[in-house]
Amino acid sequence: MARFDFFGEGLPGIDLAELKGKLIVLEGTDGVGRSTHIGLLRQWLENHGHAVLDTGMTRSALAGKRLKQAKEGHTLGGITMSLFYATDFADRLENEIIPALRAGFIVLTDRYIYSLMARAIVRGSDPEWLREVYGFALKPDAIFYLRVKIDDLVTRVLQSSGFDYWESGMDLHMGEDMYESFVRYQTWLLAEFDKMVETYGFNVIDASRTIEEVFEDLRARVEVIVERNGR
Amino acid sequence: MAGGMKMYGKHRFPGRLFIVEGIDGSGKSTQLMLLQKWLESEGYVVYSSEWNSSPLVHDVTKRGKKKKMLTPITFSLIHATDFADRTEHHIIPPLKAGAVVLADRYVYTAFARDVVRGVSPKWVRDLYAFAVKPTVGFYFRTPLDVSMKRILGGRDAIKYYEAGMDLGLSDDIEEGFRLFQGRIIDEYEKMVDEFGLVVIDATRSIEEQQAEVRRIVSQALAGTKKTRIRRWLDLTSLARASQA
Repeated sequence: MARFDFFGEGLPGIDLAELKGKLIVLEGTDGVGRSTHIGLLRQWLENHGHAVLDTGMTRSALAGKRLKQAKEGHTLGGITMSLFYATDFADRLENEIIPALRAGFIVLTDRYIYSLMARAIVRGSDPEWLREVYGFALKPDAIFYLRVKIDDLVTRVLQSSGFDYWESGMDLHMGEDMYESFVRYQTWLLAEFDKMVETYGFNVIDASRTIEEVFEDLRARVEVIVERNGR
Repeated sequence: MAGGMKMYGKHRFPGRLFIVEGIDGSGKSTQLMLLQKWLESEGYVVYSSEWNSSPLVHDVTKRGKKKKMLTPITFSLIHATDFADRTEHHIIPPLKAGAVVLADRYVYTAFARDVVRGVSPKWVRDLYAFAVKPTVGFYFRTPLDVSMKRILGGRDAIKYYEAGMDLGLSDDIEEGFRLFQGRIIDEYEKMVDEFGLVVIDATRSIEEQQAEVRRIVSQALAGTKKTRIRRWLDLTSLARASQA
């Protein structure tokens, strides 16, 4: 019996029984510290003898570069953008994630289809349609959702890079300025993530705590996944 | 913003959308060109989408093909992205404006091609659910031998993905092309009833086919806007000229 499964209509030509590794997803909105924790987890896992692949969005060889440019120019429509992201994701799934799983790696991914779906829903895509489009995605072993409240998020963004165009959802014309738009956009995204907690079985991690506390929580939970054989 | 996504068959626009489908060498592009001439001479606002899709999406498609980086799923998705761009920029706006929009190939090309590549028929249909349902979809039915003769007579080289060489049906590109096109025909035939495509017998003379196409199109044109400015694109060049 294969350990893995697809969400819906799967990829042609993939033998799921060959996939031996673990697929672990970190999800959450912008600025919650996902990449920090992926770096820490990677180090910890490697120290314990596990081979790790970490991957994130818009990094595919096929579409990654153009997708970044598309964002900068923001000339593409909502459906086009959703599908461009889906293409990028499919390329990474088939060319990075699946080969790594076949080789027995632990794959840590910075966001997965959930972020892509949340952002597309906020931009007008139909949730049911998105679920079908992403039917080719593999169900992960675990999804850790780093959750913060909107107030914490604003504080964090102000302490780091400040508001940026996309993280503020400025393309949606939701507010008079970046702050207002950021709050509305991120609140909406958080609501979409919260809706997915039960549907997709997210493990909710309270990310308003210190980095050390969040990491300790994550590490303990990842350890369980890694040591578990089969499903 | 949310809930703005309309699905196949649910769009309501004042314009009309006519599309042609068929395998390479079926003569569909010639028929579409003749239809366009006629519509323009009748004074309709015709927007023949040249499919100038976004250079960004276009680049990715081109690069992916050139480097043979595409799998059935990424092939399908990148073409759907391109099609979404066309829909959002070149199909919906002119239809809203009341134009007659013509398209050489449509979602049915993707359904046929991607399914032959092993993609699930249900998945690819769901993927394109955002497409506008055409007013009339013409399918130019052609026996494989007829289309092969037309193609091999006129064209310089059959390309790798066009011949379905990624499927490994044959090492010989001509043989691969023949096998691939044969499977595409099977998929088209399945779609005739599923999507109510109007079948045109493409073995008849060009004139006979065109007369039938015009008869069907004219029935579907009642109430469509006409103008003295004969081409949609003229509006853009006029606007540009007036700014200069």
